[in-house]
Amino acid sequence: MLDLEFMRLAFGAGIVVGLLAPAVGFFLVQRRLSLVGDGIGHVAFAGVALGYLLDFPLVLTALVVSMLGALSIEGLRARRRTAGDQALALVFYTGIAGGVVLVSAAGALNVNLFQFLFGSILTVTRSDLAVIAGLGAGALAVIGLLYRPLVAVVVDEEGARVAGLPVAPLNALTAGLAAVTIALAMRVVGILLIAALMVLPVIAAGRVAWSLRSTMLLGMGIGLASVLTGITTAYYADLPPGGTTVLVAAATVLVAESISLVRR
Amino acid sequence: MPLALRLEHVSFAYGHGAPVLRDVDLAVERGEFVAIAGPNGGGKTTLLRLILGLEQPTSGRIEIAVERRGYLPQRAQTAIDAPLTVRELVGAGRVARSRLFGPLRASDRTAVREAIERVGLQARADRRLSTLSGGQQQRAFIAKALAGDPELLALDEPTTGVDVEAQEAIAALLRQLGQELGMTVLYVSHEFGSVEHFVERIVLVREGIVFDGPPSALPGVWHDPSHVHA
Repeated sequence: MLDLEFMRLAFGAGIVVGLLAPAVGFFLVQRRLSLVGDGIGHVAFAGVALGYLLDFPLVLTALVVSMLGALSIEGLRARRRTAGDQALALVFYTGIAGGVVLVSAAGALNVNLFQFLFGSILTVTRSDLAVIAGLGAGALAVIGLLYRPLVAVVVDEEGARVAGLPVAPLNALTAGLAAVTIALAMRVVGILLIAALMVLPVIAAGRVAWSLRSTMLLGMGIGLASVLTGITTAYYADLPPGGTTVLVAAATVLVAESISLVRR
Repeated sequence: MPLALRLEHVSFAYGHGAPVLRDVDLAVERGEFVAIAGPNGGGKTTLLRLILGLEQPTSGRIEIAVERRGYLPQRAQTAIDAPLTVRELVGAGRVARSRLFGPLRASDRTAVREAIERVGLQARADRRLSTLSGGQQQRAFIAKALAGDPELLALDEPTTGVDVEAQEAIAALLRQLGQELGMTVLYVSHEFGSVEHFVERIVLVREGIVFDGPPSALPGVWHDPSHVHA
């Protein structure tokens, strides 16, 4: 399997996304914003459509539009003018509707679009992998450096604000990291499934972990294992890699839940 | 003693609603332990949030002379699902006093350990918060606030859901910590019976300040529980 270059590239992209998605999702899940990834994913669809229309690199337009969507959700939530789920619904539906209109205008309602909706990891090129690895490593480094203040905001947002932490920039950073993750992971599991890879490994980890830090690290491990198992299974069983990866991640939640029940 | 904070003619309303607080004047000295009491909906929490800068007054002036502030919100509990140890919770309270990037320095880890010891949870430092009793969880949150070396510690109903014995123990602990660390403590509670014996001053809030003085001068009528729900 690893004799084939497209498989090596797929595993390379999968390793980065498998580690990054749960690392970012960890902060969203703890803030009870698990569905934010889904919302930003739908905005990314509008970004892909815009890329088709303007003939720009699709990952670039998806990244820019996702970033705008993520910051809009965070801005609306932070100003408390709109409840979190309403802010999400507003951006979610505007993104998908905008995407449909733009993609129709670009005449791109075709198979290529499905690559982004459902993932197409086997078509990752060397240059794609370079972008995914570079941005992914940068995002993971940011999380590593700012882990403590990001956790302080997650644990007690108002307490952090009173203590003098820059809460709004840290929340904007979390939203930005989510946008980067989604833009990078589009090819791996697809826009419609990326949120699953951000959330499911963290939920599974939370069932068996013994601390906050171990939840994040276990989540990253489960994310990585899900992607590697998903791609391998998909290769041998001729299944779609994106969907298979998410089903493996969902299975880890069931296993972790069972372990947690047995330990009680 | 120098002042920790001063409010002059402060009024506040949420949006275009009726005023929650009207024309409040309040001065608190550094090192004072003040209970802010009054009926539910009387404006105690709003007063605390104004002092902490979490709300802005509709009119009036607020002057805060202390820089480092710690806050224990109402029903202090973290909303997160993941397991969180006492040390991790208290460590989160140290972040604002340490460098933003990278791991905690040795001096910060010492400050976290000392904060845990001050509330008597050293034997449970690596236990998950969810495995502790209500009173112990409140102590852990107090340690989190202490880890930031606050000059002003504000607590909003810190003993809600905790039995009377634990309420008095927490009030006694706060008085002791305030004296040892020279910290100004603002303690909001509608059940002020448990703190009455430990504070030097009670401020009763009901849309404005209706009493401000030592507990011994508190009019007997305020001990009537019916006022709590007025």
